[in-house]
Amino acid sequence: MDVIANQLFAGLSMASIMLMIALGLAIIYGAMGVINLAHGEFVMLGAYATWALQTYAGLGILPALPLVFVAVGAVGWVIEKVVVQNLYHRPLDTILATWGIGIILQQAVRLGVGAESRFVKGPELLSGNTEIGPLIMSNYRLFVIFFSIAVLWGSWLLMTRTEFGMKLRAIIQNRSISECYGIESKRVYSITFAYGAGLAGIAGALITPLFSTIPTMGTGLVVDAFLVVIVGGLGSLIGAATASVLIGEATALFSMIMNDTLGRIAVLAGIILLIRFRPRGLFPTETRR
Amino acid sequence: MKRRDFLGGVGAVGTAGILSTPALLTSASRALAQGNDIPVGLLFSLTGAVAVVESTLHDAALMAIEEINAAGGIHGRQLRPIIEDPASDPATYADRARRLMIRDKCVSVFGSYTSASRQAVLPVTEQRKNLYWYPTLYEGRECSRNVMYGGAVPNQQQDELIPWAIENFGPRFYMIGNNYVYPKEENNYCKTLLSEYGGEVVHEEYVPLGHSDFSSVINRIRSEQPDVIFATVVGDSDVAFARQYHAAELDPAKMPVVSLTRSEVEVKAIGGEAAAGHFSSAPYFMGHDTPENEKFVEAYKSRYGADQVTHFVSEAAYFQVYQFKAALEKLDPANITPETIRDAAVGLTLNAPQGEILIDENLHTHLWPKIGQWQTNGQAEVLVESTERIAPKPYAAYDGQTCTGEGLVKA
Repeated sequence: MDVIANQLFAGLSMASIMLMIALGLAIIYGAMGVINLAHGEFVMLGAYATWALQTYAGLGILPALPLVFVAVGAVGWVIEKVVVQNLYHRPLDTILATWGIGIILQQAVRLGVGAESRFVKGPELLSGNTEIGPLIMSNYRLFVIFFSIAVLWGSWLLMTRTEFGMKLRAIIQNRSISECYGIESKRVYSITFAYGAGLAGIAGALITPLFSTIPTMGTGLVVDAFLVVIVGGLGSLIGAATASVLIGEATALFSMIMNDTLGRIAVLAGIILLIRFRPRGLFPTETRR
Repeated sequence: MKRRDFLGGVGAVGTAGILSTPALLTSASRALAQGNDIPVGLLFSLTGAVAVVESTLHDAALMAIEEINAAGGIHGRQLRPIIEDPASDPATYADRARRLMIRDKCVSVFGSYTSASRQAVLPVTEQRKNLYWYPTLYEGRECSRNVMYGGAVPNQQQDELIPWAIENFGPRFYMIGNNYVYPKEENNYCKTLLSEYGGEVVHEEYVPLGHSDFSSVINRIRSEQPDVIFATVVGDSDVAFARQYHAAELDPAKMPVVSLTRSEVEVKAIGGEAAAGHFSSAPYFMGHDTPENEKFVEAYKSRYGADQVTHFVSEAAYFQVYQFKAALEKLDPANITPETIRDAAVGLTLNAPQGEILIDENLHTHLWPKIGQWQTNGQAEVLVESTERIAPKPYAAYDGQTCTGEGLVKA
């Protein structure tokens, strides 16, 4: 029983990391229909930004978070302005272009910073464990779980309770009509892309104390994030949250019953089955296009 | 780059032509090393996934070559390093090895970090009767007459380690490794030692290469409460594992990780605090106290930066160049071929940074295994030093098979 409880917590922890990464991806895809293959590199940039802030400015991870968000968001904003904006009517080309951008970012970091793994210190405040009976939870992982819920909540508020969110939803419904009503869709798109990139940056910052910070770290992570977005239903925030919990817990439980290698295979097989019967994911967004 | 690619293409076409005429092939290899300088190949990945570690091997080997040249070369002849970058791709290793051995007429090639890349070069070096100097510790079970193995094989890393770990921590071992041949062979040998010394395996598991979330592994470790975590996790996986192990507050004093693969490079990324208290078994640690090592570390740091580290593979990449030099010095300068170099190298002793090493007739190296405990400053404190040089037995886990000077002998 203790084993299962601890494993459920491990699953939740994996889910929170996946959610942080997938959220930006889901928002960018849902709002703009752009499959952003450079998303993993935004995560990587976030991790390196955290490393740079810690090494050169002495900032801990927590105070660095807003700066990382702004910095990676700015990179995303520039990329949107320069490349992605010109490709909105050519979805296949955006895949190629963002993939290329990903490679460029990865190699730029490799050349500029070096290929070796970087060390980022975790926050002192959150070291240690919280124990409830047999359940042992790492404080830092707990923090990531709560933080990801807060970010989900914040994104939901942004989408549903602000004027910006209303405009964005209008554009998702129908871009041309929205433009007729005076919504500047280009501007809304730029901000959305920057916001998604910034979220990826925060995710990168948060995982640095747990994972190894290397130029290729985003590639593996973005695969999981894509799984979450596909299972959750394209563009749905609730879907992304549900799917990440589902995938995280399934991975944890399967790897408890079997091992990590077989667990991974079982999860992927499960996902293939699921999209066979629900091709648009768990929570497809009902929009007319 | 463009020009080299073009030449490479021409070289590949040329190779196909030469291969069909064996007579030409032999006469080409006899013409080796007739110029004024001695061409040697360096085949380490400078780009791609394994470049993080492998480029440090390149740096160490190149430094040794330039030291030798600065000191006047060998018989007054300079070594001419020819550098190829196989970009972490095994097929490219084979291709570039062929290019170095045929077009550039190298009498030896230094290269590789992973077993996959060594095995890709193996048929090339055997076919060309060349010599491939491989510096990494590896899983054994190989006995080529055309590869010089500079790293430890399982018996050299484990013979001292396993009884020591059982005595100090207890008999219950938890094995965690990446899912490929090296961890499996090491665990295989570990199990034979455990049954000999009365230890047991409580759990054995393999995670995919590059695996980064160890929370379920750590939960399992916590519920099994083993005495020793026997780790053969490599690269970034090891970094993630160590950091998460530390974050979970598992106490190294009660459940230490004993690793065969964790070196100064990984510890630098893990951070001294998280690595402290755990153990590694290796023939070399950066803090080892010999005059040769002091010289090596100082030269390396002044050349590549004060924050750089040396480790048990870069040390071997470095001393292998000196073994090559010592073998050449024994030879008549007119008669330098890969095979004469190999025969001259057998039985050679050399004062390497780790201690005096010897090349066995099976072309592996007699080494000085050590057990180090990691400290918060990122260096290892050597707790146990082997009292004698340990002979390499690449087939130690396989009864009736021995690697000898005539190749593999099966009883």
